[in-house]
Amino acid sequence: MSETGEPREIRNFGPELDFVKPDNDVLIVKLFGTWKIGSQVPGFNRLTKELEKDSLIRKIRFDSSGLGRWDSILITFLLKIANYCEQKQIELTTEGLPEGVINLCKLASSVPERTAIRTSQIKLSLTTRVGIHVARIWGSIAETITFVGEIAIAFFRFLTGRARFRWSDLLLIIQESGAQALPIVSLISLLVGLILAFVGSIQLKMFGAQIYIANLVAIAMVRAMGAIMTGIIMAGRTGASFAARIGSMQVNEEIDALKTAGLPPMEFLVLPRIIALAVMMPLLTLYANLMGILGGMIVGVGGFDIGIREYLNATKGSLTLTTVGIGLFSSFIFGILVATAGCLRGMQCSRSASAVGEATTSAVVTSIVSIIIATAIITIGCNILGI
Amino acid sequence: MIGEVQKQNKDKAVFEPIIVVEDLTMAFGDNVIQRDLTFTINRGDIFIVMGGSGCGKSTLMRNLIGLQRPARGKVFYDKESFWDIEESERERILRRIGVMYQGGALWSSMTLAENIMLIIQEYQKIDHDQALELASLKLALVGLAGFEDYYPSEISGGMKKRASIARAMALDPEILFLDEPSGGLDPISARMLDDLILQLKSSMGTTVVVITHELASIFSIGNDSVFLDTESKTIIASGNPKKLLEECDNATVRRFLTRGASEPRIQAIGRA
Repeated sequence: MSETGEPREIRNFGPELDFVKPDNDVLIVKLFGTWKIGSQVPGFNRLTKELEKDSLIRKIRFDSSGLGRWDSILITFLLKIANYCEQKQIELTTEGLPEGVINLCKLASSVPERTAIRTSQIKLSLTTRVGIHVARIWGSIAETITFVGEIAIAFFRFLTGRARFRWSDLLLIIQESGAQALPIVSLISLLVGLILAFVGSIQLKMFGAQIYIANLVAIAMVRAMGAIMTGIIMAGRTGASFAARIGSMQVNEEIDALKTAGLPPMEFLVLPRIIALAVMMPLLTLYANLMGILGGMIVGVGGFDIGIREYLNATKGSLTLTTVGIGLFSSFIFGILVATAGCLRGMQCSRSASAVGEATTSAVVTSIVSIIIATAIITIGCNILGI
Repeated sequence: MIGEVQKQNKDKAVFEPIIVVEDLTMAFGDNVIQRDLTFTINRGDIFIVMGGSGCGKSTLMRNLIGLQRPARGKVFYDKESFWDIEESERERILRRIGVMYQGGALWSSMTLAENIMLIIQEYQKIDHDQALELASLKLALVGLAGFEDYYPSEISGGMKKRASIARAMALDPEILFLDEPSGGLDPISARMLDDLILQLKSSMGTTVVVITHELASIFSIGNDSVFLDTESKTIIASGNPKKLLEECDNATVRRFLTRGASEPRIQAIGRA
């Protein structure tokens, strides 16, 4: 038996509470059993009901003679009692509790809780939320314009030979975004050429004009599809990589280190990437055009008995310098857009791992949307110019 | 061991091995980091792992907590050979362990409270409110009361360390591994942390393995230790840090424990 007369076995049962009133204004809270995380802890409202039943109670003490093993769940329960007593101005004494419990409770209360408002508790009105969203969009537009302006300044410094970056970095990025992209560009462009040929042949066959498959594939690929498909591939491959790389540098404070070392991140990181893609995209697009034409030729020669020489002559006859020029100009613009979007999202990345993921996704989406918008503008422009 | 039972068995617990390491060799490919490590950590001890930078202290911790298999040797938890049992059995042992990593390693997409609650709710059937109360308690114990809704990116480096200690304590583990817990903390926070470690040992009987360079912490909380040497790649001293300071003959150990004061400072060039 314990000192209080409780059978010692009570310590091995689940957590329990009991209340004793030795005097009118004193309540003794008796703790029994094992108080461990995962056990069914008595509800705190049992104590509050006891106190509400008798408003004369001004002091609370404890009796832990029946207490068995305990862990943090007991501490949280006692801290709740302490907070309640403070609110109701009830005196709480800790004698009767194990020394370890008292010490841990003191430690948990030693640093006052930060009183800043918890964001999850704030409920904003619809107007406020709309306003915050609009302000955020406006801020984003302003950031993008600033970024474009800084790129322009960096490019001007490059042209005047004053930009600070490493040529080895530029060459490495050219290799990564150019040569290493050839396999994926080959596959996608070949398939796009195949698809264009198949889809076009359905209508052309009705008029016995299968030979014009060559013209259709050539003009579509060279004028627009080659550049668009290459741009989309590079957005997902290279634009995302730029965003992830620069975003990770933000997280690791490497960009801060560049700034304090006097190396402008726009010249050191962004400029070589934009130059690399601006140079490589037209070359990759030319290659994509050839692969697309090859894909069309496979369908034309293999499926519609068009001779190889016949197909190539038709292809050559349908292409003009203007068509090729429009396609290459588009690819040049797309390269700049993809690199700018990737670098912008990387620089905007906040300092967490999830932010890097978000930056990467945003870079791809921004790149693709920019490519489509640019294509529309170029198409309208060509229409106006009559080319 | 939790609360009151540990108090009753205090004398027995001091000499009861909880982790035994035998002839442990750690290597990355052909590069041996440390070899032939043999030591015992007793239940309820605060065990310090010391050594120069790059000697393999964190690698040793990774070998003890299941992140890296040793090249040779054995690790026993309560006489079970950790690396010779099934993975599911290893997971059972790992549930008794809490780990605080050198860089914090908080999950950046979750708030501080969520970081702790995830572990509690993974292994215990308790509701959200109770898990939140427990998470708040852990944060309060490390001086971060009120920071439950903050994300790791919104707090300082020192606060991240304290939050990661709170997460390591989520399930009131029997054994706590702390890798450089007071690195980056101000002296007051470091002292509070030492007090917390001592409190966990005395109130809850937690065994704490601490990897640290902080001499103030080593002497104030450590009651046993090993010293890993970078050159010889093995243990060159072990025992109570204060006794090592008084009695150890090894020059490397003495230099470490006296912050280099046991050797004359480098003389200025040209002085006679």
